[in-house]
Parts: sequence; C-alpha cells; structure tokens
Amino acid sequence: MITELEMGRAESELELGLGLSLGGGTAAKIVKPGGGGAWGERGRLLTAKDFPSVGSKRAADSASHAGASPPRSSQVVGWPPIGSHRMNSLVNNQATKKEDDGKKQAKDDETKDVTKKVSGKVQVGFIKVNMDGVAIGRKVDLNAHSSYENLAQTLEDMFFRTSPGTIGLTGQFTKPLRLLDGSSEFVLTYEDKEGDWMLVGDVPWRMFITSVKRLRVMKTSEANGLAARHQDPKERQRNKPV
Amino acid sequence: MDLRLPSKVLEHILSFVDSNEDRNSVSLVCKSWFETERRTRKRVIVRNCYAVTPEAVARRFPEMRSLTLKGKPHFADYNLVPDGWGGYAWPWIEAMAAKCPSLEELRLKRMVVTDECLEKIAASFKDFKVLVLTSCEGFSTDGLAAIAVACSNLRELELRECIVEDLGGDWLSYFPETLTSLVSLDFSCLDSEVKLSDLERLVSRSPNLKSLKLNRAVSLDALGSLLRLAPQLVELGTGSFSDKLDQEAVSKLSQAFSEMKELKSLSGLWDVLPEYIPLLYSVCPGLTSLNLSYATVQMPDLVELLTRCSNLQKLWVMDLIEDKGLQVVASSCKELRELRVFPSGAEGLNDTNVAMTEQGLVSVSEGCPNLESVLYFCVQFTNAAMVTIARNRPNLKCFRLCVMEPFAPDHKTQKPLDEGFKAIAERCKDLQRLSVSGLLTDKAFEYIGTHGKKLRMLSIAFAGDSDLMLHHLLSGCESLNKLEIRDCPFGDTALLENAAKLETMRSLWMSSCCVSFGACKLLSQKMPKLNVEVIDEHPLETRPDSSPVERIYIYRTLAGPRLDMPEFVWTIQKNPEIGVSHLAIK
Repeated sequence: MITELEMGRAESELELGLGLSLGGGTAAKIVKPGGGGAWGERGRLLTAKDFPSVGSKRAADSASHAGASPPRSSQVVGWPPIGSHRMNSLVNNQATKKEDDGKKQAKDDETKDVTKKVSGKVQVGFIKVNMDGVAIGRKVDLNAHSSYENLAQTLEDMFFRTSPGTIGLTGQFTKPLRLLDGSSEFVLTYEDKEGDWMLVGDVPWRMFITSVKRLRVMKTSEANGLAARHQDPKERQRNKPV
Repeated sequence: MDLRLPSKVLEHILSFVDSNEDRNSVSLVCKSWFETERRTRKRVIVRNCYAVTPEAVARRFPEMRSLTLKGKPHFADYNLVPDGWGGYAWPWIEAMAAKCPSLEELRLKRMVVTDECLEKIAASFKDFKVLVLTSCEGFSTDGLAAIAVACSNLRELELRECIVEDLGGDWLSYFPETLTSLVSLDFSCLDSEVKLSDLERLVSRSPNLKSLKLNRAVSLDALGSLLRLAPQLVELGTGSFSDKLDQEAVSKLSQAFSEMKELKSLSGLWDVLPEYIPLLYSVCPGLTSLNLSYATVQMPDLVELLTRCSNLQKLWVMDLIEDKGLQVVASSCKELRELRVFPSGAEGLNDTNVAMTEQGLVSVSEGCPNLESVLYFCVQFTNAAMVTIARNRPNLKCFRLCVMEPFAPDHKTQKPLDEGFKAIAERCKDLQRLSVSGLLTDKAFEYIGTHGKKLRMLSIAFAGDSDLMLHHLLSGCESLNKLEIRDCPFGDTALLENAAKLETMRSLWMSSCCVSFGACKLLSQKMPKLNVEVIDEHPLETRPDSSPVERIYIYRTLAGPRLDMPEFVWTIQKNPEIGVSHLAIK
C-alpha cells in the first residue's frame, strides 16, 4: 500500500511546478531538521522507507532502502514528540555520560551548543530584535545575512513594510528607514557579549556577528550616549524604556 | 404576574455555580440570565486566543478576576509551528489593563509574552496575585524582576517549561522585604543561579508558602537550608541533587526531609546520585505525586523508592524504570491514577532502554485499578498488550501511546496495530484523549470513529492509507474537539466533505499531509466562521491549486481573520484576488 501511494505521488508530482522533487524513488533522502517540519524536500511525504527498522521486519513492501544510508528518526523534526525542555535535558545527560571530570568545562560549552540546536527555539544565529515603541519583538537569523546593509534591509522589512492584508508591526510608518546612515528617526544598536550597548556598523561584519547578543532599533534622540564606541557598564539600563 | 426570578436572587444562586460549563448553560437560558451571569463571572477561560477578541471578552465579563488563555496549537511543543506564527499576549494584557484593572490572575499557555507584557501587568493591575506561564516564550528575567518588584500582593509566580532569556539571577532579589504573601514559586526552567541569601530571606518571610520549585542551579547544600526554613511545603521541586556533601550535611538534609510532614508532591531531582535516594524515604509514604522524569535513576534505586510510595497517584518517570520497575509500581502503588514514562535516550531509537517493553504497561494496568491516564514512550508494542490493557482498564480516560519507531508493526505478529487501538476505543467508553502511533491502516480509524464517542482530543502521526482515515474520524467521533495530524497521506476529499464538522471543533492541525492549496481556498470560501491558516515557510512563487501545503491550521472563531499574521501564514482574506471561481463549489 505504501508503494502504491508513493507511485501515485510520483505521478502527480510530475504535474506540479518548479522546485518540487520528482519521484519518491527508492533512495531515502535524509530529511534535515529545523524549521519546516518533515518537508526536507518539497512535496515528499515520509514513508516507512525513511525509517530504519531496528530488528523488526516490515509488514509493507520489502523493497528496501538498500543502498541508501537510512536516516535516523531523530532527524525528523518534532519526533519523538518530546518537549524542548526535556530534549535539552536528555542531550545534557548524554554529554555528561561521555566525559570525565577534567574536561567538564569544555563539555558544558559544547552541550550548550548542542542544546541550542536541539531545542529549535534557541537557535544558533537567531537573535532577538526589539524596536522602541513596538511591544512585539522579533527574531532575525544573522547567519542568513552577509552584511550590515542586508541586515538593515531585513529589519526595515520586518518592522515597517506594509503589504495588503498585513499591518506592519508599527502600524504607521511606511517610509524606508535607512537605519545605518544616521539620517532617519531611528538607529540600530546592539548589545554585545559583555552587556554593553553599541551602535551597529563600527566593527567588521564578521566580528559583529560573533559578539552580538541582541539588537535594538532605538530612537535617534535616545542613542546619543552611544556615539562613543564603549559604554560604561553602569549606564546599562535594567529595564527597557516603554 | 411577574414570574421572573429577581436578579439579586439569581446572583446569589449563581455565586454557588463555579463550573464554567454550568455557567455557559445558564447564560443560554434567556437574556436576563445571560446578563446576570456575565456580570458575575469571575473566572474566564479562553482556550484559543484567536477565537474571540480581547475587547469582546473584557466587555462581556467586566468583573473578571482570573483569565486563562491558550495560544499556539499543541504541536508547537514539538517545534512544528514556526517562530513568529502568533499567540501574542500583548493585545490581551492591553485590553484587560484598560477594561478590567481589577484582574488578579493570569494563566497563559503557549503564548508569546514579552518583557513589555510583564511590565504592563506590573503597572496595571493593582491587586495582581497569580501569574502562571506554561510553555511560554519571548520574555527575559528582566520582565520577572518587574513583576517581583511591583506586585505587592503576589501569591503565585510559576514558570512551567518556559523559554526564558536568562540574563542572570538578579530578578529574585527584586522581591521587596514587604512581600509576605507568596504561596507558590516555580522557577525550575531558568538556568542562572539566584542569590541564595535572597531566596532564603524570601522563603522565611513567606509563612503561606506551600509550593517551591527550584531550578537546577540551586545546590543540594542550599536545599537543606531552604527546607529547614519551609518545612510546611506541600510541593517541592529540588535543584540539582548531585553535590558531594559531607556526612554532617547529609544527616542535616535527612533531618530536614523528615520534618516535612505536609509534603505531597516531589519533583526536580536532577542528576540525583544513587547514594542520596535514601534521603527521600521519609517523605515517600505521604507523596501523591512524584516526578522523576529528569532523574537519571536506575531501576534498582527506583524500586527502593517506589516500594515506599503507597499513596502515589501520579508518577512521571523515565524508561530506566524497565518492566521490572513497573511491576513494582503495579504492586506498591495501588492508588495510581496517572503514569507517564518518558524516553531516556535523546537519539530516540538507538539508545533507548530496551529492557522496557509493552509488558511494563500491562503490569501497571493489571495492578492499579484507578489508572486512568497513560503516556507511554516505547520502542515497539503489540496488539495483544493493548487488548489486555483495555480489558484490565476500561476506565481509561487518556491513552497516549508513542511507539517511537514510526510505522512499527506489532513486533510479534508483524501486523498493523489496528486491533490494539480498536480494543482501546471499544472498551474504554470514557476515553477522552488518544494518541496513536505505530503501523496503522485506515481500519484503525474506522474503529476509532465507530467507538470513540467521547473522544475529545486525538493525535496522529505517520499513519493511515487514505482519505478514508480522516473521513472516519470526522464523521464518527461525535465529541471531537481537537484533532492534530502529522505526516499522514490524506487531505482534500475528507476535509471538504466534513467541512461542517470543523465548526463544532476547537481546532484541526495538519502538517506534512496531502492537503492542496486549492482545497484550502475552497474550504475558506465555504466556511466563513473558520480561520483557515496555511502555514508555509517555503511557498512556491506561483502557487497552483494542486500544490500541497506544508501545514494547515483551522479553527473556529468569532473574531474573524487575525491581524497579526506573519508573512508565512496565508488566509484567503489576505489575498482575496486569488479566487476560486474556476473550482466547483459544492
């Protein structure tokens, strides 16, 4: 039954537009985790062939996944259905089991990275962006950007673009922002790993992305204290202004 | 002659009506009853924050003191809902701040809560008492500080499995010295260390403190001094249970535990070392709830603990308990009502404990007459086991079986697990919640549709053969309220044929199924009282009607299409020019 279904899908896939994979085929492809559910390649439904059998025979067609390295079920997003807190704890346990005491510190850092990958929510590369006057913060993927201009464009789109049927988050502004050149009402600032708030754009992009913790689109009038590159840590505000 | 009940009398009568289900019925009797009821309702629960607008709720229930809201669909817990989908608490908090400033309690589940939200709560509700956030995200410890510092009558602050941006442990130090009303504090999901002296002072000035759930960073040593300050605790979540203590510290801790005469619920126990398990023996007989799901304790030590827990009603544990351990539960924990067994291996199949099989659950079903709720992660299962379980426990209300290997058949007979789930559906007449897994054909769903008359929530993954599966469920399960499906090969026909059913349900989630874009448009057109959301992170530039959608989330609503949809969520109202005129409309 599963085979028929796959064949049926392969036929209908031929009619669909660009970007779809053709043919369910016999080579099981590894489905990448993160973001988009089990649709690692567009349009293909996972079937029994995607999952390795652990010592049990298949009731379905025995035509196999021979020749392809079977992907693990742990690579399917959200499977097994365990909440991210629990998943993180499991991963931490794994790491702890495999080490000796001397290397604990290094391992702790490593597990934190692994933790981030597993939880899916605290994702490496995604950082929080808040804008003055906007209650709802957003997240942006730094790894998906190559330059400050790129990033500024994304942020402008995120907070200011209005499209039919969608109200931009601020609901009002429609002019392009130009966050980087100091000509607009807002500037882009960031908090670095030491907790200091600085103007975006002073350091090379690569250095920036390794040290940025979060971003803030701040009113130019409030940003005057940041003109200097280094800010006294004591001035760092406890609560964000409303 | 005026035969109507005077409204004062009705009000008095209603003050004894607590259940919202009853109050909902009352409000349908007639207009004056509707009016009296709405003016007196104190506790409001909205199980889908997009089903109604915050303003409408505030207008209807001006005397609201307690509000409970749920946002994202359940599958968001497993990362199936992309970030930015929605579920924002802000509009609700803003509306309540304006219209119901006497609000005292807020309980939010799966919502996006920002620091601004928390600051607004702190600033707007003078008598704020209870904040419970479950599986929420979007805020940092700064927001907690705002709550701590401002809410002078705070009774409960609970963070359950939230994703919090942890900027340090200072937030706890913001509770003023004048705050003495704390009854419950749960910060178990936070990472950073709080200042122990501040925590101790907070605990010692809170004589009403009944529930304290610490985070992992609180050491075993610190636990000792906290317990001595609060022996009256009814619920305790420990921190890490693994520091090396000297003999004196150990005996002090043991003494502290034995002083806790009221303790009913125990959790936490991260990294607990086997040699510390005996410290818990003194509280075991009094426990009704034990959460060992984060404790990597092996079977022999678990057994020692569980034989002493004769009053246990709720047990959460990892599969390290093995079949043997579950046999001990079956013979020792006769009051057991709820059992959850979680996998101990992060990699799922390859390192899951194989000494735990379907037998474990069968034993518990035999030995525990009050067992009504089960969540069981297991590598594989058999039909025979499910038939036995159903025969033993027709009183099951919740049966969630997660066979971790997708499409796994009965490992003894190699047949699909249809017969097993049939037995469960047939025998357990009060079954309200069911999660199925393993190899399942359409037949399984025919059985469920035929027998699952009280079923309210159903979760399905990697199952079925065709549209018939969905059709059986939507046409058969009369009480169906929430249906969530992933990676199943059906869609259009069943969905469109049973469109009317969707208005009787809270929500339907389908991801990685075969629902076409055209069907979504058609459904949207047919059913204006539903929000049909197509959630597609990688849409094609031109979207032909036959193209499958990644995810679809359908829910009934009085509020119309929501205004806070991100780019990747499509509804028909967003692009009305893409019409369905060329499709046949039934």
